[in-house]
Amino acid sequence: MADIKTEATPKTMPKTMYDKIWDFHLVEQRGEGVGLVYIDRHLVHEVTSPQAFDGLRAADREIRRIDSIIAVPDHNVPTKDRDLKNPDEMSVAQLEALEANSREYGLDYIPMNDARQGIVHVIGPEQGFTQPGVTMVCGDSHTSTHGAFGALAFGIGTSEVEHVLATQTLLLKKAKNMRVTVTGELPLGCSAKDVALAIIGNVGTAGGTGHVIEYAGPVIENLTMEGRMTLCNMSIEAGARAGLVAPDDKTFNYLKGRPYAPKAGQWDTAVAFWQSLCSDDGAKFDKEITLNGSDIVPQVTWGTSPEDVVPVTGHVPAPDTFAEPSKQEGAQKALEYMGLTAGQAITDIQVDRVFVGSCTNSRIEDMREAAAVIKGRKKADTVKEALIVPGSGLVKLQAEEEGLDRIFIDAGFEWREPGCSMCLAMNADKAGSGDHVASTSNRNFVGRQGPGARTHLVSPAMAAAAAIAGHFVDVRDF
Amino acid sequence: MEKFSRITSIAVPFPRVNVDTDIIIPAKHLKSIKRSGFAAGAFESVRYNADGTLIEDNVFDGPKYKGANILIAGDNFGCGSSREHAPWAINEMGYRCIIAPSFADIFASNCIKNGILTVSLPQEDVDALVMAAEAGHPITVDLEAQTVTCENALYKFDFNPTHKDMLMEGLDEIGQTLRSKAAISDFETKQKMMTPWLYR
Repeated sequence: MADIKTEATPKTMPKTMYDKIWDFHLVEQRGEGVGLVYIDRHLVHEVTSPQAFDGLRAADREIRRIDSIIAVPDHNVPTKDRDLKNPDEMSVAQLEALEANSREYGLDYIPMNDARQGIVHVIGPEQGFTQPGVTMVCGDSHTSTHGAFGALAFGIGTSEVEHVLATQTLLLKKAKNMRVTVTGELPLGCSAKDVALAIIGNVGTAGGTGHVIEYAGPVIENLTMEGRMTLCNMSIEAGARAGLVAPDDKTFNYLKGRPYAPKAGQWDTAVAFWQSLCSDDGAKFDKEITLNGSDIVPQVTWGTSPEDVVPVTGHVPAPDTFAEPSKQEGAQKALEYMGLTAGQAITDIQVDRVFVGSCTNSRIEDMREAAAVIKGRKKADTVKEALIVPGSGLVKLQAEEEGLDRIFIDAGFEWREPGCSMCLAMNADKAGSGDHVASTSNRNFVGRQGPGARTHLVSPAMAAAAAIAGHFVDVRDF
Repeated sequence: MEKFSRITSIAVPFPRVNVDTDIIIPAKHLKSIKRSGFAAGAFESVRYNADGTLIEDNVFDGPKYKGANILIAGDNFGCGSSREHAPWAINEMGYRCIIAPSFADIFASNCIKNGILTVSLPQEDVDALVMAAEAGHPITVDLEAQTVTCENALYKFDFNPTHKDMLMEGLDEIGQTLRSKAAISDFETKQKMMTPWLYR
């Protein structure tokens, strides 16, 4: 582990934030570009952990540091009727396994009926568990979310979950550095989700593969912590295992006083350390992309990959407008699946369901953004179902304190209990085959929200506006 | 973990781009608490009709590619969710090696842990292998030599030496890492002094 220096030492090579966090956590170098890296934080949920705990038991191994772990159920919890018997026996088995494993090993476990329960990537920051400069993992690809705090956070598979439990390390190949700079000023009616989708539309879903993306520039600096989380969350949709934003006063103010945050006596030292993490001037990035944030328009996806995205003012593209034959074929298949025609205006797409939630957009700001559009209006009759699923019990309580639940319920929306819900439809929250869903989630993959469901990724404001109008509309004119 | 050295087999051509892990194994099939039982639901939207019946002659189940141990895939294969159920399902279907222009990072890492070799080759070479696979020609993948051979063609591929050793030896990675227990403890002692707030 390198020494902590609060000022850059001259003569040393300028480093990126990723380089610094990597170097701080390198336990052993293992051949070219591979290192044994120490892991500080581990979030555990019910779907990707049972086999890891079984593996530990089979090999008679212990968990190295139980103080590095929070366990919480989120992926398949019901979002209503929690006091009734859950009819899904397989889900119940996973939920019971998480609880039993947490009890057996003495982990910090947040049960389903606790006010702090919620989506792992919402509760990590909320509890102050997510902090700048830490390495953080979870058996979930959207762990990239925590990069909003300057944490090196990434998703892992179940074998790696077991490896971290047993050794507190991972054998990792060092990624390359990529920087995405967003200049200018984000126009009114656009939010972090539109920035994320615009970036993915620009670089493609494999544009960040093998890289860690650092987001920079005035638009990023001006985003709230919630906005930065939305942006970093979708780094994986650009192919990058992790995203990063340099920590600043917003980051420190967000964390101060939260349960797992450094206590008063250590706070100033922690802040000084956190301030030293930013990329040095002159640090080398292997790939650089710059976008003008002032040009960003509310985004809507039309296909079955997050890179299939256009401005709401645009049209469904014709497959033959793509250069490569494989992309043409992909677009053709996507149009068939989505039931759309080339040239169709995005605002002509009728919406059957609306989902505001997921680790991308279920924080208090997202609730406020949706409520601001919905207030005093009614859901269109043609929209079969409009779900609002807060990211945690604490987000739910805060929203209720602000009266947002009344706005949603009065407008004909359903106000649910926290969980991953219709983002991946592992619980009872599913869209029907052929349904067009205006969704604030992160993936418009085939069948993601239910077999045959047609997902359109949008911001909370755009999803809310679509619920009112019954079709996509430009929220800026709404 | 099963060791990987060299395989010769016919191959299944499935060159679609951006195949995500939701296509490989949809979320509704992730509810097992075991590592097996995922093959039936794998590639569901490609293999089954809406009524649950098998699509006749789909590349995965049709007689043409029966017994194949190699899958030839499209660019950015395995993107999306980190679910290891995807390589578990692929392994269970009998594929020990996947050849594609590129793989998503988490998926590739999950494959190594399960003894599945992911070979990245340029698009034109993958295209040629797709044609060879469709013609039913056997393909040989040799990890030690880092080559793919088919009829008279030979393709060299790059592979990280650390990962190569792991696959060839079929090592228990946790057992390996635990040999560095002293180094991990030393790291913790130092870190605890510098960032004590990370310890409770």
